Amino acid sequence: MNDVIYQRIASNPHFKELVAKRQHFAMLLSLIMLVLYYGFIMLIAFAPGWLGTPLYEGTSVTRGIPLGIGLIVISFILTAIYVIRANGEFERMTQQLLREVRYNG
Amino acid sequence: MAKLSMVLAGSLLAVPLLAQAADQTRPLNIQAIILFVVFVALTLYITYWASLRTRSRRDYYTAGGKITGLQNGLAISGDFMSAASFLGISALVYTSGYDGLIYSLGFLVGWPIILFLIAERLRNLGRYTFADVASYRLKQKPIRTLSACGSLVVVALYLIAQMVGAGKLIQLLFGLNYHVAVVMVGILMVMYVLFGGMLATTWVQIIKAVLLLAGASFMALMVMKTVHFSFDTLFSEAMKVHSKGAAIMRPGGLVSDPISALSLGLALMFGTAGLPHILMRFFTVSDAKEARKSVLYATGFMGYFYFLTFIIGFGAILLVGPNPVFKDGSGALLGGTNMAAVHLANAVGGNFFLGFISAVAFATILAVVAGLTLAGASAVSHDLYASVIKEGRATERDELRVSKITVVILGIVAIALGVLFENQNIAFMVGLAFSIAASCNFPIILLSMYWSKLTTRGAMVGGWAGLITAVTLMILGPTIWVKVLGHATPIYPYEYPALFSMLVAFIGIWLFSITDRSVQGAKERGLFFAQFIRSQTGVREAVDTAREAVETAREDLEAAQNVKPATR
Repeated sequence: MNDVIYQRIASNPHFKELVAKRQHFAMLLSLIMLVLYYGFIMLIAFAPGWLGTPLYEGTSVTRGIPLGIGLIVISFILTAIYVIRANGEFERMTQQLLREVRYNG
Repeated sequence: MAKLSMVLAGSLLAVPLLAQAADQTRPLNIQAIILFVVFVALTLYITYWASLRTRSRRDYYTAGGKITGLQNGLAISGDFMSAASFLGISALVYTSGYDGLIYSLGFLVGWPIILFLIAERLRNLGRYTFADVASYRLKQKPIRTLSACGSLVVVALYLIAQMVGAGKLIQLLFGLNYHVAVVMVGILMVMYVLFGGMLATTWVQIIKAVLLLAGASFMALMVMKTVHFSFDTLFSEAMKVHSKGAAIMRPGGLVSDPISALSLGLALMFGTAGLPHILMRFFTVSDAKEARKSVLYATGFMGYFYFLTFIIGFGAILLVGPNPVFKDGSGALLGGTNMAAVHLANAVGGNFFLGFISAVAFATILAVVAGLTLAGASAVSHDLYASVIKEGRATERDELRVSKITVVILGIVAIALGVLFENQNIAFMVGLAFSIAASCNFPIILLSMYWSKLTTRGAMVGGWAGLITAVTLMILGPTIWVKVLGHATPIYPYEYPALFSMLVAFIGIWLFSITDRSVQGAKERGLFFAQFIRSQTGVREAVDTAREAVETAREDLEAAQNVKPATR
């Protein structure tokens, strides 16, 4: 922590803002993923019959199919949402922060 | 419970059912062998090409950090879409329908978590192995020893599983002798890693991933064509011909009690985040931005792949199940149910496509074992040799030499283990590998990045406790205690230890960190903030930047002086 750059980063308000925003976002998405997956696991453990019920009269597609496929799709979508924001907004904030601490700290 | 373990092996390795059919060696499949030889020739050429570009230590471990996000994403998915998950999951769908989908989901959902919590910090903090991250502010020697042991155990267990799986698979697909197959896999994997390092390993993974995705897409397309692209028709026709009828459309006993379900879910989800060969892939890209992209691509490819295996499994129910050509006298599938996808390849694409899929399956195993070998070798050379034994004073050339010697030794060990464990329960090994990764490597990685109060004492106690608990519970569980040792009832009633061993690890780390009043402990806590800043921004402290620049310059200079210093 003797490093000048590190001290400047630590005292820069944009650093705190970046960290708070990114952590909050990552935790939120992790929580969504965990709840969905373990919710699904609990459905399998406790209500397999519900999952095995056809979506509507006259089809062979059961509720479990769109839920399972949906979970795959949601995994990808959540990943994409995070990457878009992290590689866009958060990356810009990081670069901005680094410019500030390097040139006019 | 027995079903759980069978299924785990099924999806990872395609082994347990193969084991039953091991003696049904098929006649030599000439087309498959020709296609396979073409693949091997291509990958050996790539290895040669990579060897010309692999000079420094950085090139060897991480391909110089020049792999792009897309390439790394393909390579990661290549690591995960093993022959086993291709054959095993489609076989699981073929036999039990919906359960196959549940299982493949477990492998996928770990990835978003890795991205949100681990990937970018890992990239910002580490250089070659995940122990770099864990030992960033903790004591180098004990932490690296623990991490290297954790890595080696996981690599060894995984390697055994892959070798045995490979042997059985090749026996069936190509009609080759088991021992010949194991030796062949061992030699090829050593060649890739020894000469081509991470660059060759990565490209072998990429090529194999593309071939596998292309092959699986074609099969799924042909299946959907026969049902006129209607899922409704696919499922209803499948229910008509499947012996379980409508039961294939709902969950059936795969995860029956909540403890096992949770334990398995935890092992799969967090074990992935502790697999050394997977974590190592994050150091091959240039920065956190590319690391994030690689997870996005990987999740996309894997999700698509698991979706395809679901269709392929149902396609096999429809097109392979009722066809007597693919059955033996007793009505069982030739070569066991794990061959469902292979027979389907024959059904939709004829002999040539059958050869293609067989060759891809073999290629897949080669790629996975190459990645494992490299991870194991770097744990020995970078963590144990350079940091623990030489205390950071090893020259780059010596470290590389040790790494290459380790690769050869690992190759020999892998062949020996493959022969030794030919008829062992592979499901157990894979379950153990994931459980240890989740209970030893993962807690240390996570807490070292997130928890400022972590100290060496806590990490050591908790990490070893997690490792030992995982191993002990597996031994006391149904697989070893009952089936291998012949006791009547298991002392630990569940198949997977992850739920409890992870708890032990986390509590151990927590308790022995907060009660650590040593000067060393205080110093380590004091270093957290610097580590935190680097993990968030990727900015190195000036002294680190300077040291790394000097090292890199020296490596490049050495490399320029000797065209191939590493292979001398």
